[in-house]
Amino acid sequence: MNKRILLIALLSLLPLFTQAETPQEKGLAIAREAKARDTGWKDMQAAMKMVLKNAQGEKSVRTLRIKALEVEGDGDKSLTIFDQPRDVKGTALLSFSHPVGDDEQWLYLPALKRVKRISSRNKSGPFMGSEFAYEDLTSFEVPKYRYTYLRDEPCGEETCFVVEQVPTDKNSGYTRRIAWLDQSHYRLHKVEFYDRKNSLLKTLTFSNYQQYLGKFWRALRMEMVNHQNGKSTVLEWRDIRFDTGLSDKDFNKNSLKRAR
Amino acid sequence: MKRGLLLLCLLASGWSTAADWEFSGSATLELRYYPQAGLDVRQYDGGNVSLILEPEFYRSFNDGSDTLLFAPYLQADQHDAARNRLDIRELTWVHVGADWELRSGIRQEYWGVTEFQHLVDVINQFDTAVDIDNEDKLGQPMVNLSLVRDWGIVDYYLLPGFRARTWPGVSGRLRPPLPVRGPARYQSGQGDRHVDHALRWSHTLGDVDLGVAWFKGTNREPLLLSDESGSRLTAYYEQMQQISLDAQATLGDWLWKLEAYHRAASREDYNALQAGFEYTRYGVFGSDADLGLLLEYGWNDSEQLSFNLFQNDLFAGFRLAMNDTQSSELLAGLSQDLDGGGQTFLLEGSRRLGNDWKASLTAHWFQASQPQDPLYYFRRENLLEFRLSYFWSSSH
Repeated sequence: MNKRILLIALLSLLPLFTQAETPQEKGLAIAREAKARDTGWKDMQAAMKMVLKNAQGEKSVRTLRIKALEVEGDGDKSLTIFDQPRDVKGTALLSFSHPVGDDEQWLYLPALKRVKRISSRNKSGPFMGSEFAYEDLTSFEVPKYRYTYLRDEPCGEETCFVVEQVPTDKNSGYTRRIAWLDQSHYRLHKVEFYDRKNSLLKTLTFSNYQQYLGKFWRALRMEMVNHQNGKSTVLEWRDIRFDTGLSDKDFNKNSLKRAR
Repeated sequence: MKRGLLLLCLLASGWSTAADWEFSGSATLELRYYPQAGLDVRQYDGGNVSLILEPEFYRSFNDGSDTLLFAPYLQADQHDAARNRLDIRELTWVHVGADWELRSGIRQEYWGVTEFQHLVDVINQFDTAVDIDNEDKLGQPMVNLSLVRDWGIVDYYLLPGFRARTWPGVSGRLRPPLPVRGPARYQSGQGDRHVDHALRWSHTLGDVDLGVAWFKGTNREPLLLSDESGSRLTAYYEQMQQISLDAQATLGDWLWKLEAYHRAASREDYNALQAGFEYTRYGVFGSDADLGLLLEYGWNDSEQLSFNLFQNDLFAGFRLAMNDTQSSELLAGLSQDLDGGGQTFLLEGSRRLGNDWKASLTAHWFQASQPQDPLYYFRRENLLEFRLSYFWSSSH
């Protein structure tokens, strides 16, 4: 693990020494550094609220809670518990994500007390009717994209790397994403999503960054604006706690069934 | 006034961390309409109003290691006295250990993977008075020890006491021309106090989720015997042993499903199977909607199960989920008897209204022309159902 961080750290130093770094190499190096800086958080618990707004300005609310476990050498495990809307209250989703290939997902349906393994192919579908797709909310893994560094650009008080990210998964709903990451902490400031016809679909902006355990940055507010249908979703995080002592045993079908 | 404000603040902050206590539930107005008169003149005609209340009280102790859950079911019906009742769906204490759980009390359990029939799901009795779709179940007294191991989850169930199946009453609909009435009869001398046992192993092996189970005790599925008077049917519950398998392979957009059992009872040994697939297309018609196509085949070689409608049948259906803010959904299902030629058809649309309401509209058709087909006795029970539910929850 430490070896990998060292390697990544060395890789990120490479631009200083080599002249011939291509935009692809630089884009990949930025992604690796961003991932390395967000590695080692072990586990996390938080509450999330989404406010969905349609083109007429009508609002509806989604609330859920999430528990997540970092898995070394693989994607995260997570348990999501839905509280609102109230007709889906008690529904819970257990997900084992993988950097490459399909995630494993089980849904708990409280009315039937049923655990159902579901297909995880629906990456591009809307999450709970919001403007966030499932793939917008899964953990960032380096192999999920091919990268091209585009330019440096001021973003607020910071300077951002602007990187093009092309999904490697053919089930992705996007042809590409353009991401703005600040150079001081490699935090996302903005992401533009281009649909399958390569026209601008959505813009996601991150704000209210907080640092946890003196290391990990989380944006407490994320706003997704859909330029094609005029809808938007504001996602707010609350009660984020790291290193809460979760382990593998909190992420199985039994814990899914008793999730509240 | 101040307390009211405080309560409001508490309710408003309800979206944060896990709750110590919770009071939630739903209230449902059910309107049914039967266009045709029943085969028995005692059955009501036309419309019916039913009210259903399903509150749920939840409390967690010791940092979540112990939880209590109480979920009664209350129903009041305009015409059918058999649907006026109170049932305890859940009254459970769960204790969670490091790699085990002990769940004691009255509970609901679900086994299985298929959609049109639930073959291997034997722990709870079906509440057929509510609906005939076998998705409403009576609470079952049990002690369930669940062990989590690297090689799977093992559940042992001690089941003291049996719940007889509920049926629509004499004046009720969705029943054959003869009502099921009177005290149930049992093969076991202990009647409904016979203690049953069950054991289940379930595991995930890559793309495949597997369950193998054993059950010994009172068959939840009764034989229906006509009595001397010929005016009613009596439920007779046999003792049986069942070995079952349920498996689902999740391969991309395809879910392949299988449920099968072998049952040994004193009158006969028999087998049943339900197998098929669910295939989902995402983002159909250039929208955000998902379209799922379902196909299942059901087979059963029992000579005795008089109420078993599905001995050699094909089931097909689709599920259209709009993935919109209101979670609009359309479900359609068809069953075709490959022997007798009878058919059933179901169409159901549902939609959320605002944040706390949900409405659904369902149509059931039964079609059969051969008297040897069990569906023949349901041929006049076609129905339209409207449901409006209100959901609430508060916690602290």
